[in-house]
Amino acid sequence: MTFQLETAAHPEKLRRVAIDPVSRVEGHGKVTLLLDENGRVHQARLHIVEFRGFEKFIQGRPYWEVPVMVQRLCGICPVSHNIAASKAFDAIVGATRLTPTAEKIRRLMHYGQIMQSHALHFFHLCSPDLLFGFDSDVARRNIAGVAREHPETARRGVLLRRFGQEVIRVTAGKRVHGTGAIPGGVNKAVTIEERDALLTHVYHMVAWSREAVRLVEQLHTQNPALYNSFGVFRSNMMSLVGTDGALDFYDGALRARTDSGELIFDGVDYRGYDRYIEEEVKPWSYMKFPFLTSLGKEKGWYRVGPLSRIQNCDHIPTPLAEIERRQFLDYCGGTPMHAPLAYHWARMIEMLHAVETIKDLLHDDDILGDDLVTGGPRALEGVGVIEAPRGTLIHHYRVDESDLVTMCNLIVSTTHNNQAMNEAIRNVAKRYLNGHTLTEGLLNHIEVVIRAFDPCLSCATHALGRMPLAVELVDAEGTVVGRLSTDGAATEGGAD
Amino acid sequence: MPAPVVVFAVGNRSRGDDALGPMLLDRLAAVLAAEGRGSRFELIDDFQLQIEHALDLAGRERALFIDAGTGTSAPFSYHAIEPASSVATHSTHALPPEAVLAVYRKLTGCEPPPAFVLCVRGESFELGANLTPAATANLEAAWTHLMQLCREPEFTD
Repeated sequence: MTFQLETAAHPEKLRRVAIDPVSRVEGHGKVTLLLDENGRVHQARLHIVEFRGFEKFIQGRPYWEVPVMVQRLCGICPVSHNIAASKAFDAIVGATRLTPTAEKIRRLMHYGQIMQSHALHFFHLCSPDLLFGFDSDVARRNIAGVAREHPETARRGVLLRRFGQEVIRVTAGKRVHGTGAIPGGVNKAVTIEERDALLTHVYHMVAWSREAVRLVEQLHTQNPALYNSFGVFRSNMMSLVGTDGALDFYDGALRARTDSGELIFDGVDYRGYDRYIEEEVKPWSYMKFPFLTSLGKEKGWYRVGPLSRIQNCDHIPTPLAEIERRQFLDYCGGTPMHAPLAYHWARMIEMLHAVETIKDLLHDDDILGDDLVTGGPRALEGVGVIEAPRGTLIHHYRVDESDLVTMCNLIVSTTHNNQAMNEAIRNVAKRYLNGHTLTEGLLNHIEVVIRAFDPCLSCATHALGRMPLAVELVDAEGTVVGRLSTDGAATEGGAD
Repeated sequence: MPAPVVVFAVGNRSRGDDALGPMLLDRLAAVLAAEGRGSRFELIDDFQLQIEHALDLAGRERALFIDAGTGTSAPFSYHAIEPASSVATHSTHALPPEAVLAVYRKLTGCEPPPAFVLCVRGESFELGANLTPAATANLEAAWTHLMQLCREPEFTD
């Protein structure tokens, strides 16, 4: 199965452009474009080296090590992996229902994680050069103007993120690599002093989060022609949905909708995810392409993450975020929004919801309890699914009678979005790059649409000297004819 | 008052030579504690640098970033850094040290403290691997240099 612009008819006759955003030791992304002599795009592909080594690495390890070890997958969302793995192992230790204290502390931790991750994105969004490092044009001037009206936004973005991390520290023990969630519950209670310290700041965080929604809304409404169309493609959507159709990041059932908003499935017990989702392997990509089994490879691909969640749920169970969700839906005019840049708006609504939920949980004395762990009859298999900041995260394990892991399957958010991100870059390539001399500004359009998804690059490895964005232009013979980098250095021969 | 010197060590201890920075930080913490000099230093260990690390620069006299590097010459490089002209990345997943300085400048409107990078060459970053022999040698060389640094007036006065 191939999609338009996925595979060129005669690639040997075309010029190759490689956009290599970051060459990491493990996990990296690259965009390749094949152009003809007139600069028309014949093929556009996003390659992300998916992190598969971990699934092999943990085979043969005792199951109780796994929730800690999985945090090494990603330095940005270790809590998500810790909680998803712990949920899977809840089933294995027979903890079919956690104690109220354990579940609420896990929720607090997870919503802190959503908040800090979304706040990080907010900081990036508040930098016009980051959102649109385009060549000078009207769109950029508008965005810069919005940012000028909000001089405090960058500082607030950083403080919002730090608050989210403080929530994680209080619940997990450490800001990064904490070990709060364990099979059957949590291993750390919240003290009154910790709770009160967070309560001191949480109301500011709610107010700032609401202003963040306003800011992003303003960006959209000032330039709907751009924001509603940039890289737009239609797709199915999938997410967990909680009780009564509520937005829920921690638990629920799987729901999928078509591009026009009709239900494909609903109320699906996530333990049977593999009866509803399959993964296709393509020879040109290390990362698999998931699709909904009932629709098949061609029509069954979907997107996950904030834009799907906000439109897939029936309501948000906190008042301010629900107001913002309704406003967003009004803006969309009663039909699903598919524009990638709308991820930013949806993400800020989710951040507001996360902070409101944190506030409510801090007022719930259950989080101060000491009944932290439960258990029951052992099982040999468990599935844990949560909504991580970037989308649905699936952890699936089997263990043997000796408590050793025999099988692990992870489907991370970025994998769910693989086809969607490819569609987005193809649309951007067609609309903005076709027939033009390629400049750094034009190539940045590709980066902007990738940034909307904020793909996870399994970046738990960090090595200096591997960070710059590099764009290499290679002719049909494989000769490098030009090079660009985002720091403005090392330009050789131009990008055309 | 924050400690005058902040030392960031960046890396994942579970990934071979990526552990170079945190391992150096562990050694430094032990020496500072033994010598009773811990109050002059704040040591921060993290997977990667992020925007909030800019807040850790406030009120400092010196900042040192220790990391493993693949493009640096062996056994290590040591150099002063300046704020980057842009913090642009395609992803929110990590910032280079220069971008952290730029974020500090953007947030506070002030210049960041003098900052330096100690980049130790690493060879292999495989999950679950130990330090490579080459990185082990580089670690020792970098440790000697780090000890000298921490006894210079800029770090001790």
